[in-house]
Amino acid sequence: MATAEKTATRYVGGGVLRKEDPTLLTGQGTFVESITVPGMLHAAFVRSPYGSAEITGVDTSAASAAPGVVAVFSGEDLADEWAAGLPMAWPVTDDIRIPDHWPVAKDTVRHVGEAVAVVVAGTRAQAADAAELVVVDYDERPAVVDIESARADGAPKVHEQYENNDSYTWTLTNGDVDAAFAKADVIVKERYTQPRLIPNAIEPRAVLVRPTPAASDYTVWSTTQIPHIAKVLFALTAGIPESKVRVIAPDVGGGFGSKLNIYAEEIACLVLARRLGAPIKWVAARSEDYVATIHGRDQIQHIELAADAEGKILGYRANIFANMGAYLQLVAPGVPLLGAFLFCGTYGGEAYHFECTGVFTNTTPTDAYRGAGRPEATFAIERAIDTLAREIGVDPAEIRRRNFLPKGEMVQSPGGLAFDSTDYEANLDRALEILDYDAVRAEQAARRSSGSSRLLGVGFSTYVEMCGLAPSQVLGSLNYGAGGWDAATVRMLPTGQAEVVTGTSPHGQGHVTAWSQIAADALGVPYEDVLVLHGDTQVAPHGMNTYGSRSLSVGGIAVHNACGRVVDKARRIAAHLLEVSPEDLEFEAGTFSVKGVPDRTKTIQEVAYAAWTAHALPEGEEPGLTAHHVFDPPNFTFPFGTHICVVEIDTETGEVEIVRYLAVDDCGNVVNPQIVDGQVHGGVAQGIAAALFEEASYAEDGTLETSSMLNYLVPSAAEMPAFELDRTVTPSNSNPMGVKGIGEAGTIASTPAVANAAIDALSHLGITDLEIPLTPLRVWSAIQDAKGGAT
Amino acid sequence: MIPSPFEYERATSVANAIELLSQGGEDSRLLAGGHSLLPLMRLRLARPSLLVDIGRIDDLRYITSEGDHVVVGAMTTHHELADSRELGEACPLLAATARQIGDPQVRHRGTIGGSVAHADPASDLPAALLALDAEIVIEGADGSRSVAAADFFQGPFMSDLRDGELLSAIRVPVTRGGASYLKFQRRAQDWAIVGVAAVVESEGGAISRAAIGLTNMGGTPVRAGAVEEALVGAGDETSIAGAAARVDELDPPPGDDQATPAFRSHLASVLIRRAVASAMA
Repeated sequence: MATAEKTATRYVGGGVLRKEDPTLLTGQGTFVESITVPGMLHAAFVRSPYGSAEITGVDTSAASAAPGVVAVFSGEDLADEWAAGLPMAWPVTDDIRIPDHWPVAKDTVRHVGEAVAVVVAGTRAQAADAAELVVVDYDERPAVVDIESARADGAPKVHEQYENNDSYTWTLTNGDVDAAFAKADVIVKERYTQPRLIPNAIEPRAVLVRPTPAASDYTVWSTTQIPHIAKVLFALTAGIPESKVRVIAPDVGGGFGSKLNIYAEEIACLVLARRLGAPIKWVAARSEDYVATIHGRDQIQHIELAADAEGKILGYRANIFANMGAYLQLVAPGVPLLGAFLFCGTYGGEAYHFECTGVFTNTTPTDAYRGAGRPEATFAIERAIDTLAREIGVDPAEIRRRNFLPKGEMVQSPGGLAFDSTDYEANLDRALEILDYDAVRAEQAARRSSGSSRLLGVGFSTYVEMCGLAPSQVLGSLNYGAGGWDAATVRMLPTGQAEVVTGTSPHGQGHVTAWSQIAADALGVPYEDVLVLHGDTQVAPHGMNTYGSRSLSVGGIAVHNACGRVVDKARRIAAHLLEVSPEDLEFEAGTFSVKGVPDRTKTIQEVAYAAWTAHALPEGEEPGLTAHHVFDPPNFTFPFGTHICVVEIDTETGEVEIVRYLAVDDCGNVVNPQIVDGQVHGGVAQGIAAALFEEASYAEDGTLETSSMLNYLVPSAAEMPAFELDRTVTPSNSNPMGVKGIGEAGTIASTPAVANAAIDALSHLGITDLEIPLTPLRVWSAIQDAKGGAT
Repeated sequence: MIPSPFEYERATSVANAIELLSQGGEDSRLLAGGHSLLPLMRLRLARPSLLVDIGRIDDLRYITSEGDHVVVGAMTTHHELADSRELGEACPLLAATARQIGDPQVRHRGTIGGSVAHADPASDLPAALLALDAEIVIEGADGSRSVAAADFFQGPFMSDLRDGELLSAIRVPVTRGGASYLKFQRRAQDWAIVGVAAVVESEGGAISRAAIGLTNMGGTPVRAGAVEEALVGAGDETSIAGAAARVDELDPPPGDDQATPAFRSHLASVLIRRAVASAMA
């Protein structure tokens, strides 16, 4: 091996192509829907068309007699199958109301789309045809779909056993908030609504369960982000020993949090496989996903800022109401808590109060959706600080500058957390420079004075978010039901390649690429020689999976540290082989060499072979070159940045067009620039979607009106501007690589930047508030109202 | 996602298609590009017992000149309309309208015959055909007949097409003057919230004749007669805007989550003004 010519290749930070793409882009991926096992049967669910109703009868006789049907079950038929209801793992308060949530409803339905019966047949089409023949009698009851109606006196109760529709109220207070407000010169009071969003991962949900009746064990293939967490909760919910459950997340086509859950269909297929002794598969239609997969957002927010005459913020009050939907899904109550520490954004102050009430309604349950609590919080503070700027008459960039937390490490935020590393002003300056801010303001003024029907507006979002979930102790203090660590095993194979086993569960993020970069650098092996294994609980037994922009800053660190342990062991073996002490060796680019005697070397591949043959190991050294590491981060990571949106508003039609979108993010050190850019593109696109297009709406009876992509407006690339991206780099001190998360930052930052830009465009007309999404009708109507009805 | 069960036959000719339709009874449906029918079937909102696929009848796929008319075969795709130099010169409105339908995938599968026969008031081509005074050519067991576009569209998803008939071609007069199709939509592939098809002839800077067809302003495509009359003689921006505003005199348009009736009318007047200016440019 030509080790002498080997250069110290650095893959981390470089632009390697994604390893995943050749397989995925040529249609050779393995998705749950494409997996077939012998004897497989297909399930189809009968779902409630009512938002609230009592089930008075289920007649399965016609469906049972339909061609190909093996069995039909009502919720009552399956009542004894469940060991527990669907799990909820984040009881945020001691007195939280947690209603029973059965995978198939027994006697009452509480949202449209709730499963009431299930048909099992030989083909998917036979199951779908027979499901139409199940006759369910309902006694419809009044429904309630929005937060304020649900909290009104005399509102219909979603759960009869509770005295009202509140699930919990959680509070957080730092400092003397009343004192801060008492001495304020300016108080800003705002009310914002966060529309309900539908996640829309490109791959709808699917599950396949194969039982081995003789062994009483089960293999579950699921479109999940959380195979390891699912394994525990499948076992507990179905009443199967955990050791008998294997969960495989094969290629998964996106999740955005919607696959960070335990769903009725997963548990139902598991118990059907047990009951029928046959493999059971279910694949959602998109329209089914719309009512039976979690939704996101749906909050009403009241935020108050107390500031001095110069606009320096003294105190914050946030009181929010979060629509939980009909039941509490896996981590739903905790979603607002992920935003609880961020209603003060990147800004300082003396005191902070946060209060959140979770509310039941007759709607599809909500839960974590890309950003989970943080987009909502960021929207509120970034909108409110613009209002403060207008009230005291300073520029929105200047008001932010006056309030930024100082540059530093472990910087205390009024919300109570210490931010790992901050440098907000430099980041803002970089963005303003790229934008050429003065020129944009001059153009805005020129359009206004010429009476142009295309007005220009500039909107800022100088966000910070918290991700890298999370220090296990902190999660424990918030009553979260699991840890925040992640695990990795790194094995050198006898022939010199490396296997990396990760506890993260990629579903589009590119972990195989990024972990290969990390391992290749740490071990000094070629990038191509690293194989990353994931997503199968029998292959990768330890993990906490992928959500909350945690994978790199927790799971990636575990890979990095496990590689370090491999190198430590390799150093001992190499020293033994070279008959020197370990301290006498240098390690660079995969080669150990004796200090001062550079021609005496052992490559890590040679060491791996020697460790495998074990013919000549140091005394007491175990054969093999393998190490395991579990990383539990000491702190979250807090990525930040400046997003600036420039919009043109056609005042004749109300159309808002984004003419520039600039994102200067700071996610610490970057492992793969292309992946980071891709995460920002996708994240910003989803945030723009929330600002301009997407809003799930319910009729009063609980019918989801936006029941397909026809009227739930998921935008396409054609509606997106060309993104201008740049970065500053402020390494995190929460982990040895100095990395922060980037998966959610774009979504968290972008929605308020767009909304602020639209309001900025129209502010000279006296418009200070516009609800998102900024539909042409809403914007045009606001302009008409501002002009006093004149067209 | 899974349609209810149906039979499928692939027709080899127009006569064969009509024969298969008559054998299949009243729940038989023709399948052209499938971009309207298949989505309805996937949601089980349409449950045909028999699909007669006319997608491989190449005799229905052509663009040809017949004196002062252009004739377009029913199975001509939107892409072919948009891409045809002959059509672009003889009837630029039709080509411009086709270019704005759906997305590339839709334009390569969707057909003019399928779109017109579906009679969706939010579809783009019907309004253009109305503004163009097109004729719809229909084949049936008893032979061929021709219907003016103005008489063809009878309501939402309702047309003069009868059971057992097949829409075979569209005849359009060669356009004199300029033309433009503009639509207002949220996303590039969406149906129009409002669409405006304009054909304008002018002399010395003043409009001598205008034809305005409107998309999604009623249960059928709508001809904006009051606007057309007011446009004659107009030439500058103010007079065109004044004429466009007379869209208010039409029957009130429908309201939905994207547009109230008043907003829809307002958008129509803005788009008429812009489309007329574009047609005159």
